[in-house]
Amino acid sequence: MFGIEVIILISSLRFRLEAENFSPISIYCEGSTCREMQKLGDFKLPHFFNYPPYFTLQPVRETREKQVQLWKELILDYCRTQKIFVIKLEEEFPLFSNSVIERTLSHEAREAFLSALAAEGRAEWLDKGHRSCLILWHRIQEWADIIVNFVKDNGFEDSVMTVEEIRFGIESRRTELHGIDRTILMRALKLLEQKGKLAIFKGTSTDDEGIKFSV
Amino acid sequence: MSNFFSKAEVTSSGRPVFLHNEVECHLLSGVDLEPEDHHHFTPLKSGILILTTHRLLWLHSSSATTPTSASAIPLAAISHIFSSRKSLKSVFHSPRIRFQVLVSPDGRVFDPGSGSGSSSGSGSRSVVVTAVIRGKGDSDGFLVKFWDSWRARAWESNETSGSGSGSGLASGSEAVTGTGGGLYSRDGSLRMVGVAGILRKEQQMWESTDKSLQDAFQDLNALMGKAKEMVMLAEKMRQKLLSGTSSQTSGANDEDMGSKEEMQDWLLSVGIISPVTKESAGALYHQQLSRQLADFVRTPLERAGGMINLIDAYCLFNRARGTELISPDDMLQACSLWEKFDVPVMLRKFDSGVMVIQNKSHSDDEVFARIKSLAAKPEALRNGVSPTDAAMSLGIAPAMAKEHLLTAESKGLLCRDISPDGFRFYINLFPEIDPLNIYFVKDYGICSTWIKAVSTSGFQNHAVIPL
Repeated sequence: MFGIEVIILISSLRFRLEAENFSPISIYCEGSTCREMQKLGDFKLPHFFNYPPYFTLQPVRETREKQVQLWKELILDYCRTQKIFVIKLEEEFPLFSNSVIERTLSHEAREAFLSALAAEGRAEWLDKGHRSCLILWHRIQEWADIIVNFVKDNGFEDSVMTVEEIRFGIESRRTELHGIDRTILMRALKLLEQKGKLAIFKGTSTDDEGIKFSV
Repeated sequence: MSNFFSKAEVTSSGRPVFLHNEVECHLLSGVDLEPEDHHHFTPLKSGILILTTHRLLWLHSSSATTPTSASAIPLAAISHIFSSRKSLKSVFHSPRIRFQVLVSPDGRVFDPGSGSGSSSGSGSRSVVVTAVIRGKGDSDGFLVKFWDSWRARAWESNETSGSGSGSGLASGSEAVTGTGGGLYSRDGSLRMVGVAGILRKEQQMWESTDKSLQDAFQDLNALMGKAKEMVMLAEKMRQKLLSGTSSQTSGANDEDMGSKEEMQDWLLSVGIISPVTKESAGALYHQQLSRQLADFVRTPLERAGGMINLIDAYCLFNRARGTELISPDDMLQACSLWEKFDVPVMLRKFDSGVMVIQNKSHSDDEVFARIKSLAAKPEALRNGVSPTDAAMSLGIAPAMAKEHLLTAESKGLLCRDISPDGFRFYINLFPEIDPLNIYFVKDYGICSTWIKAVSTSGFQNHAVIPL
């Protein structure tokens, strides 16, 4: 029995090099000891991710409320660790399917959970048809605070930076700002502009908008 | 008052218990029974008078309470029925029916069935009883049927047939032991001796059955009279079937057994000899129907595990009635009337619109406890409970099982799982999960039980790699 596992693991490793980032791995032990839950990439899934009713929108009010709450937490956690800022409903999203129990969230269910997040201010629909959703695992205000801290920590109080530099520059690498979604960044910057903490001005091209800080 | 009349038994739904072969003929409401002389019994006011082939029954009627007993006058005790006098007075009065009842020396109605009554000789005294019909019933029709029933003397044929079969057996056994030689007995009829005798007897019985069947089917009126015989025949056949299947030692082929069981079931459904009809009950049709339905539905309820679909009950009831079928509306009305009476059954409508008849003693909580324990079994934790699984384990119909599962879901005991595999229910784990601490699993809760059950299924759950 053990030999087969080794063969499978080896071939899986080989396959994984070519496969996408998020193939589910399971680490299992012999006998009746509990196996570890599977992961999506490096994200650890909770045990109820394998509970089939979790993937069916529950009709009973109390049960539904609990289910929605758990999904909201899970979505925010996953997006935070994987740095995902936008979820498109019609595309495959690894969190919304579980191949182990062969269940997938229906479109209705996905919309219900994301709308619940939007109602809380933790997400925003980007279009009226609810096809694309912006995930705010930090609220705009929180992002604004992070930017202010970033500026203060690096001594950029009176200097100028481009938007792209904020997103991908060397300085931002150790912060949460690295790789931030452009829409979210612009919103946070606009919020700070209203408070007078900075000024946005257009550069030679749209990619090159500049920020003058006056924190 | 109760000392004068014979006591008649009543079912828990308020219908009188009929004697063997007794058939209901007519029913009148709002009837008072008055004696000519008040010291015989105090007048009975405002009751339901039921005429049957054997007795005259009086039930105290009030739609709120169910009568627990009834008073009876055996038709055998009636010596004379007076014809109605049409006079000027009778136009203004409620119609009256007067009849003369024989009374035994101790002041009770002469009861030909009981030994004490007959031993003291036929009652020498008689009392004239008047039935005053204050209700809306057809008193003339009642009177005609009263005469007919009284003259038909159905109770006597009962006795003679009973004793007749007894004496027949006795003579048969005598013949077998042999009281003398010769093929012909003293009175000239063919003697039943030995194997030939048995065969001849069988032959005779078969011929008489055949003739009886022929007579029955030639004339519908005759059929009604023969109906009793038909039911008796059906009973006999059923007995034969039962004894036949139990005494079979060698393996009978399955087809034979199957058709015998079919026959048995079909015969069992022929149950009610005297259906309550619009004719015999008049304005009280729905009330009496309702009570009769309550009585009838008891056996199917037990067989179905305490709850039966209204449609199924309707089919069974109509089947048992044979002729005089009732419409679905009548059925629904009869069931709704149960709320007003004190009967042990009730009509219940589920959220999904399904209507069922269930015992009043049926407890939902008990069913939920059973469902909960079913859903907590390892097999159910891994694969969930489908309506068929629940039906098999609870011993009820799948449609009923689904209703129970849905109700349990609405109470928060179960969660649904809809997939291409179908509609299944799992035990509800959500209450135990803490949204602020989603990775934590309590040691002895239902979540840890579920995790253990799911993980021991081992390999087949994993899709390790898509190769």
